Order: sequence, then C-alpha cells, then structure tokens
Amino acid sequence: MKIYGVALLAGCYIVGKILGEWLGDFLQIDGNVGGVGFAMALLIGINSLGFSRRNLDTESKDGVLFWSAMYIPIVVAMSATQNVKAALTGGWVAVLVGVGCTLLCFALVPVLSRIHPKEIE
Amino acid sequence: MQSITTLISKNDLVFAFLLVGLIMWLSYTLARKVLDNKIPGAAIAIAIGLGLAYLGGDEGLASIPLFSGMALLGGSMMRDFAIVATAMGADFKEIKKAGLAGGLALLIGISVAFFMGGILGYVMGYTDPKSFATIGAGACTYIVGPVTGSAIGAGSDVIAISIAAGVIKSIVATIATPIFAKQMELDNPHSAMVFGGLIGTTSGVAAGLAATDPKLVPYGALTATFYTGLGVLLCPSIFYFIVSFLLS
Repeated sequence: MKIYGVALLAGCYIVGKILGEWLGDFLQIDGNVGGVGFAMALLIGINSLGFSRRNLDTESKDGVLFWSAMYIPIVVAMSATQNVKAALTGGWVAVLVGVGCTLLCFALVPVLSRIHPKEIE
Repeated sequence: MQSITTLISKNDLVFAFLLVGLIMWLSYTLARKVLDNKIPGAAIAIAIGLGLAYLGGDEGLASIPLFSGMALLGGSMMRDFAIVATAMGADFKEIKKAGLAGGLALLIGISVAFFMGGILGYVMGYTDPKSFATIGAGACTYIVGPVTGSAIGAGSDVIAISIAAGVIKSIVATIATPIFAKQMELDNPHSAMVFGGLIGTTSGVAAGLAATDPKLVPYGALTATFYTGLGVLLCPSIFYFIVSFLLS
C-alpha cells in the first residue's frame, strides 16, 4: 500500500527532526541543526541496506516517489511566498553580495570536485 | 463573486495545487515550444513564482488572502518533507565517496561566503564588525544572516540587507546553476555534493540542480542541509571573533 511508503517517509522525517533538535540544544543554537540531513541519511540507509527490498514493495515506494515528484511544485510555491520586494529594496549591497558570493563559490566547484578519497589515501 | 472568493479562501491549499499546476504547465510548455529547452521548465516556473511574489508583501503572494494556500504548500514542513523524499533515489556508496570533499566544501563554502560578503559590505560602507559579520552571514543563507545579526546585536537595517543578500543568492543559484553546469562539471553525484556544500542555500541548490538534472537533487540537498546549521554555528562565534579582532 502506498501509505506504507508515506508512513516510512514520515517516520524518517520525524526521527531526523528530533535528532536535529537535540543537536541544536546540545550546541545551544535555537534551531534544528541538520534535521533534514539526518532524515535523508536515515531513508537512504533503510533503502540501501536491502531491508526495504523485502519489506517495501513497488507500490509502497510509489508513495515516497509521489512526494519526491512534488518537490519542484512545492519549490515554486515557496518561491511565490518569498519577500521579493524586501530583497529588491535591500539595495545594491544585497545584490552585489548575493551575486558575487554565489558566482565565486560556483568557480570553486570543479576545484573541490577533484578531491576524491582515493587520491588522499 | 464574493461567494467564490470565500469558497477559495476556505479551500486555499487545494486552490494552491491548481495554481501551481497551471504555473508548471505554462512553464514547461514555454520551455519546450518557445525556448527549445534552452532554459529548463523548472527554472522558468520558479522565476514565475518569484515574479508573482513581487505582487504581494512580506509573505509574497500569500500576503493576498486569496492565495494564502501557497504559504501552506510552500511552507517549511512540506518543503522539508519533499526534500527527504528525494533521498529515495540516492545511492549510499556515492555519498560515502564524497564524504571528505563534501565536508571540505561545507567549510570552504561558508568561509568564502562569509568573508567575501563581509568585504563587499565593507567596501560599500558597512565598516563596523557587527555589520561585516551580519552581511557576511547573509551571504551564506537568508537564515544564517538574521540569526547571526540578532545574536551579535546588529541593527535591523543591516539584518534586512543580510536577508536580501541570502534571497538573492538563492535566486542566482536557481537561475545560474543550469547555465554554468557544464563549466562546473556538474554531471555526477560527487560534484553535486561538493556543489551543495559550497553554495549551501537549500532551496537554491535543490532548485538549481533540479533544473540541471533532477537525479542530482538528493546529493546536493544532503550536504546543503548541513550548511545552515554549520553557518549558524560558526558565524556568530569564531568568525565574528576573527572579524572584531581584525577590525578593531
């Protein structure tokens, strides 16, 4: 059943968020530190361990894949609810900083991508 | 007319599904038929979303009661839930391979954004350590900026600039990623994780990667989700300490 997949996804999400909350408390940061990352790692772990091959049939996986496919529409809705007006009235400093830093980091992507574990060993 | 708007307001989330569906259809049709797929449909859809947000206020389009459902659909809960779902297609072996490079990318990405952003702000006249650190943190993400600013007691005008810088970073990452994907050699899970760690702004990374190649989204998003947490940790503490030492 599709709901099994959705439930598994929800379980990973909740556990990940709890871990993120704990890490935030531990670091004394008011926020959820890496909760989404923990949840993803959990889902990837369950999916890769072969555990899911026995327990998660194709239809259950479809329950997860539906939400995966909803990602772009959700991002579109998120974009439509940003405070774009404030971003544009923030002045040239914001534009310069936003554009400059992003492009500089773009340039570093191929440089750092060359680091593979094999070369370090 | 009045009864229709009342009905839509009562069913705002369902109306948001319809509206986003229409935006997606329009964008993908435009991409395929007019632009010959040179600009991805996803990027056009997100750009239309940002354009529509300009029509609203603090919450973008959702500031208009008729479109309040957009805030539900595009809220952080739905966004995070869908991001986690994208991990379903990820391969554990690839993630292990990118471990070191991904971690390095996170540290370098946050440092470069912080100091580069702070220096640009300094050049533009924001020369005190608090403004330097807040604008620099805003160059990380639009969450790190205000968190850092309020932690060290920066003025609200500077905090507004830091949010704006973060939002612009997210927009630039979304639109420019597919354009520079070839130059960045962004065609495999490994470089996607490095990319996620260097750029960090989750929505921009995920949207930019989706527009480049949807298969890369989970890898970039995985490292990017640690970026804001790490940024919030480093910027108001060690980085602010370094800045106030250098500027005084």
